[in-house]
Amino acid sequence: MIKNNKKAQKNNILSLENVSISYGKNEAVKNVFCNFKQGDITSLIGPSGCGKSTVLRSLNRMNDLIPNCSLKGTVLFDGTNIYDKRIDPVEVRRRIGMVFQQPNPFPKSIYENIAFGARINGFTGDMDELVESSLKKAALWDECKDKLDQSGYSLSGGQQQRLCIARTIAIEPEIILMDEPCSALDPISTLKIEETMHELKKNYTIIIVTHNMQQALRVSDMTAFFNAIAFDDGFDGKVGYLAEFNTTKKIFNSPKEKTTQEYISGKFG
Amino acid sequence: MNSLYYQKRLSRNIGDKFFTSLSVICALIAILPLIFLVTYILYKGGSQITPELFTLEPNPPGDDLDAGGINPALIGTLIITTIASIIAIPVGVGGGIYLAEYSKGGAFSRFIRFGINILAGVPSIIAGVFIYALIVSTKILFGSMYSGLAGGMALSILMLPTVIKTTDEGLKLVPNELRYASLGVGASMYTTILKVTLPSAFRSIGTGVVLGIARAAGETAPLIFTALFSYYYITGFEDLFYEMGSLAVLIYNFALEPYDAQNKLAWAASFILVLSILSVNIFSRILAAFNEKTKRL
Repeated sequence: MIKNNKKAQKNNILSLENVSISYGKNEAVKNVFCNFKQGDITSLIGPSGCGKSTVLRSLNRMNDLIPNCSLKGTVLFDGTNIYDKRIDPVEVRRRIGMVFQQPNPFPKSIYENIAFGARINGFTGDMDELVESSLKKAALWDECKDKLDQSGYSLSGGQQQRLCIARTIAIEPEIILMDEPCSALDPISTLKIEETMHELKKNYTIIIVTHNMQQALRVSDMTAFFNAIAFDDGFDGKVGYLAEFNTTKKIFNSPKEKTTQEYISGKFG
Repeated sequence: MNSLYYQKRLSRNIGDKFFTSLSVICALIAILPLIFLVTYILYKGGSQITPELFTLEPNPPGDDLDAGGINPALIGTLIITTIASIIAIPVGVGGGIYLAEYSKGGAFSRFIRFGINILAGVPSIIAGVFIYALIVSTKILFGSMYSGLAGGMALSILMLPTVIKTTDEGLKLVPNELRYASLGVGASMYTTILKVTLPSAFRSIGTGVVLGIARAAGETAPLIFTALFSYYYITGFEDLFYEMGSLAVLIYNFALEPYDAQNKLAWAASFILVLSILSVNIFSRILAAFNEKTKRL
C-alpha cells in the first residue's frame, strides 16, 4: 500500500495561479504561480518583506481580516477557486487550518481549547477521545493529561504552541498552515514541534513559513524561495515574488537562481 | 566648584520643596469635599436609621412628628434602575460590539462614536425633558403619564454612553491573535464574538455597566419630569405605569419641606443612597482589580 502511494503521482491540493496581493494600492507580492502537493511539507523561505506570510495567510482567507488587503488571480483548492464570490471563508478555514507565529491558546482550559473548534464544527463523537488523540498527535498528551482542566495559559510557550497545533488537528483540516510557528520558541521546543510535524505529515499537507533555513532543510520536502525587489508601487517600496520553487534538496544543493544561492548561504536576508 | 552634598538654601531646591508642598496641599483640598460630604451625611443620616425606615411609607408632610419610612422610594429606585439597565445594557453592549468588532472605522462608526460622546455630555435634565415630551405628555404608554417606566427610560439614556464606551474599549483590549485563533479553527464572526471575545472582555464591560448603574441611580432631574413621586407602597406590576417614588426625588422633595421630621427622612435617604452608590463603586473596583489579576495569569 505504502509503496503504491509513493509511486503514484501526488495530487496538487492547492495551486496558486498568477496571484498578486496588495495592501491598499501597494502590491506586496506579484505574479505567484505555485503548486502544493498533497502530503508534502512545503517551506516558504525568503528575506523579510518578501510576502511569504502574506501568501500563507491568503491560502485560507485570513487576509480577509486585514483591512484593504486584496488579491488578484486564483487560489485553487481541490479544484475550486477559494476567492470566488460564492465561497464562504468560514468553510475554507475549517478545511485549511492555521497555526500562528505567537502561541494563541484561548483563555479556556486545555480540554476546552481543543473541544471549542470541534464543537462549532458540529463534531458529535466522543469528545474525550478526540481531545486525547489530538493531544497525542501534537505530542502533548503525556505532559498535560493530568491537567486538562487547567488554563491553556498555564503551559510553557512551546507547549502552548503544540496545544494550538492540537487544536487545529482536532477540526481535521486537509491542510495545516504554519506561520513561523517556532520563532517565539526555544530550540528544544522547536525540535519537539518539528518532530510533531514529521508525525503529522502522514495525514496532512503542511505549508510552513520559516525564517530558519536549517528548519526548512530539516522538515520540508519542497521549498519555495521568495525574494523582494525594488518596486515603486510596492509595499514599502518593494514587491515580493516567487524566485524559485523546487524540492528542498535541489534548492539547498543546486539552486538555479543566483539570489537563492546567495540567500541560503547567508549573503543577505 | 559646587559641593556634591545637598544644599537646602539653593534656590532650585527651595523651589522644588515649594512646588512639592503646593501640589500636596492642592491634592488635600481636592479630597476634602468628599471627606466632609461623606462624614456629614453619615453623621446626619446615620443617626436616623431605624428598622421602620425600610418598611414604612412616608407620611404626608405636616400631619405629625413621625415622618414614616422610605420603603416605596427604595423599591422605586431599584425598579427604575433595573428598567434603565434592561434597556441600556443590551443596546449599549450591542452598539459597543458593532463599533469594536464589525465597523471598519468608516464615516458611520466615526459618526456614532462622536454621537456617543455628545450624548455623554448631555445634561441629565435634558434627558428628563426629552422623555417627558416623548412619552409623558403624549400618554403613549397605554395612556399613563408619569410612570416608573418613563423614569427608567430617561435613566437609560444616561447609562447608554457609559455602557457603549466601556464595551467598545473593553473589546478593543482583547488581542487580535485571539480572534484569529477562533476564526482560524473555522468559527464564524458571531461565534467568535459570543464565545471568545465577549467572555475575555466580560469584566471590563461589567465594570462599565456597574458604573453606569451607579450614575443613573443617583440622578434626580430626569426623574422629576418622568417618574415624579409617590407616597404609596409598590404592590404590583401595574404600579409601573403610575408615578413612582425614588430616593433621589424623595430627598429633593423632603429636604425642601419646612418640617423637621421630613428633613430627617431626607437625611436618612441620603445616607442610604450615598452608601449604596459607594458600595456599587467599590464593587466595580473589585471587579476591575479581579480583571487585572486574571489577565496576568
